[in-house]
Amino acid sequence: MASTVSPAVKRHQIGSPASTGGLPAAETAGPAKGTLSRLLRDSVERHPDRISVEDPTSGAAITYRELGERTGELRDALERHGINAGDRVGVCAPKSVATVTAIFGILEARAAYVPVDAGAPPQRNAGIFEDCSVRMMVVAKSLVDDLRTAAPEYRLDTLQELRDDLLLVRGMENESVAPLPAATAAQEGPSPTDLAYILYTSGSTGKPKGVIHTHASALSFVDWCSGVFEPTELDRFSSHAPFHFDLSILDLYVPIKHGATLVLIGEEVGKQPLRLASLIAEQRITVWYSTPSILRLLADFGRLARYDHSSLRLVLFAGEVFPVKHLRTLKAFWPRPRYFNLYGPTETNVCTFLEVPAEIPDSQTAPFPIGWTCMNDRTRVVDEHDQDVACGEEGELCVSGGTVMQGYWNLPERTEHAFLRDSAGLGWYRTGDVVRESDDGCYDYIGRRDRMVKRRGYRVELAEIEAALYRHPSIAAAAVTASPDEDSGVRLDAFVVCSIGTRCSVIEMKQFCAENLPMYMVPDRFIFREAFPETSTGKIDYQQLKGSSLT
Amino acid sequence: MQATEADIKETVKDYILSEFLPGESPDALDDSTLLITSGVLDSIATVKIVSFLEEKYGIELEAHELSPEYLNTLSDIARLVTARIAPK
Repeated sequence: MASTVSPAVKRHQIGSPASTGGLPAAETAGPAKGTLSRLLRDSVERHPDRISVEDPTSGAAITYRELGERTGELRDALERHGINAGDRVGVCAPKSVATVTAIFGILEARAAYVPVDAGAPPQRNAGIFEDCSVRMMVVAKSLVDDLRTAAPEYRLDTLQELRDDLLLVRGMENESVAPLPAATAAQEGPSPTDLAYILYTSGSTGKPKGVIHTHASALSFVDWCSGVFEPTELDRFSSHAPFHFDLSILDLYVPIKHGATLVLIGEEVGKQPLRLASLIAEQRITVWYSTPSILRLLADFGRLARYDHSSLRLVLFAGEVFPVKHLRTLKAFWPRPRYFNLYGPTETNVCTFLEVPAEIPDSQTAPFPIGWTCMNDRTRVVDEHDQDVACGEEGELCVSGGTVMQGYWNLPERTEHAFLRDSAGLGWYRTGDVVRESDDGCYDYIGRRDRMVKRRGYRVELAEIEAALYRHPSIAAAAVTASPDEDSGVRLDAFVVCSIGTRCSVIEMKQFCAENLPMYMVPDRFIFREAFPETSTGKIDYQQLKGSSLT
Repeated sequence: MQATEADIKETVKDYILSEFLPGESPDALDDSTLLITSGVLDSIATVKIVSFLEEKYGIELEAHELSPEYLNTLSDIARLVTARIAPK
C-alpha cells in the first residue's frame, strides 16, 4: 500500500492496538492539567488508609494519610530554610519510604527534584548538583561525607535532620547559572508549568546533561498510563528502577494517582534475581516494570518455577531491545500477564508502545517493534535534510507533544539543536533513533544515528567513557566501541594506548572506571594497543578497531 | 576426591580470567584482589559466577550469600564453596 496521502504526522491510528489497550477517548490533546503533587493530595482524600508505599527490605509501610502528612512536614522544612518556587533540590539517597516522601515534599514546595545515583562516584554527583545549582539537598547520612569531600568549595552544612537518616543539607549554588523565568505568584502547591524534576543522562561531551520535565509533561505520560494499563487501588506496583532513571516516573506517580501501593525494591535486591523472584511472590506484585536486562536475569537465574507469581497482571519493559529468545523464555514461566514494550528517551517519556501478542511464533527471531505512537504525542520520521520519509523508509524518529521535555538544563544551544522546528514553529524532539514505519503506523527500531548506546536500559555516550579514560595518567589514547552481544545485549570494548614506559592491567582499568563512572558505563573488555588505526582524515578508525580481534 | 580450597581458587580464577577479564595477565589477579566492591565484576558477572559455582560443584547457594561479603575475593569464594561441599 503506497502512502500517497502520507500524513507525515502520525497519531494513534487504525491498526494500532486501541482495542486492546483500553485507551481513553480523544480527550488528551493539549498539555495535561493538574500536577504530580496534586495526584498525592487526591489519593490522600480518597484512600487515606490504604498503603501508599512499602519497603520490604526495611519492613516500613505508610498509608496515604501518613505520606500526605510527612510530605507536608518536608515541604514546611524546605520553606523554613528558604526554598523558592523553581529552585532545585538534589536527592542523593538509597531508595526508601523517606526518599519517596522527600520527592513529594520537594514538589509540594514548588521546587524541582534532581535525583542522582547514590552509588555513583561522588565527584560525578557533585558535578550534577553544581551544574543545576541546587539550593538544598536531601542526602543520606551515610553519603554526606563523601559529597562534602567531593565538593570542598561548598559549605554543605546540615540544615536539619529529617526522618530515617536523611539530612537536609545546604546546596551547591552556582552563580553562573541564570535564574529561571520568574515563577507565577505565590499559591498553594505547584502549577502545571513548574519544573518537576531534572534527570541527568550521559553526555557526549563527557559531562552528563540535565533533562527538564515539568509537572505537565510528566503528567501527560502518567495520564496515558492510566488509560492503557487501567490501574486500580488494588494494584501493587514494583519500583525497581532507581529514582534517577526515567522508568521511575511511571513507578512513582501511576500508583500514587490510583491509590495503589508502590513496593520499593532497593539497589542491592534489585540486582539479585533470586531475591527478586521471592520478593515478587511475597509482595504479590501485580505490575512489574523494568529493563529487559533484569527480566532476562530473572528468567535465567531466578528459579522462577519455584514461585507463585500468579499475582502479576502486567509486565512492562523499556530502555532497550528485548531479544525475542529471552522474552519467550520469560513468557514460558509467566504465561498469564500482558506484556508491553514501552519506548521513549528520557527527553520524551514513553512515546510509542506495543503489546506483545499472547503467543510468540517459534519462527520469530527479530525483536518486537517499538510500536505505535502514544495518544498524547505525535511522531514523524525524517531524513538528514529534515524531510519526511515515506512509510517503509528509514529515518530519524522525531516526537512532539505533551510528554516531551522542556529542554536541557542550562544548555540553550543543545536544546535548540535537539528540536526540529516545523513551519508552524512547533518543536519536534530528535530522538537520534533510526526507525522504519510500516503501513499501519507501527515503528521498527533500526539503530542509532550517533555514538550513544543503551546498556541495561541506561544511555551511554561512548565519548563520556573515553573522556573518563583520558583522565588516567597512563593512558595516551582511548577509543570505546559497542557491539551487539548475545549475552549482555551490548558489549563495550575499550581500546587503550598506554603512555610509553607504562603498563596497565585490565583489573586496574576496571577499578579506575568504576571510581569515575557509574557501573553500567564500565567497559567489559580492555584491549591494549601500540597505536590506533586512522582514517584518511586522521581520525581514529573505529570500524577497523572494532573489526580487530582480541589477541 | 573433593576439591581443596586451592583447587577451587584456581578453577574460579581461570573462569573469571577467561570470562570477564580476557587479555589480563594471570599475575594481576591474586587471592585478595577485590572483585565486586572495586568494580572489577558487575552484578551480572556476579550472578554468572554463582551459577558457575552451583553447576561445577553441585551446590546451591542461598540468596543472602550472593553478596560481596561472600564473593568479593577468590579466597572468599573458595571458603564459601568449601563450606558448602564439606560433608555434613
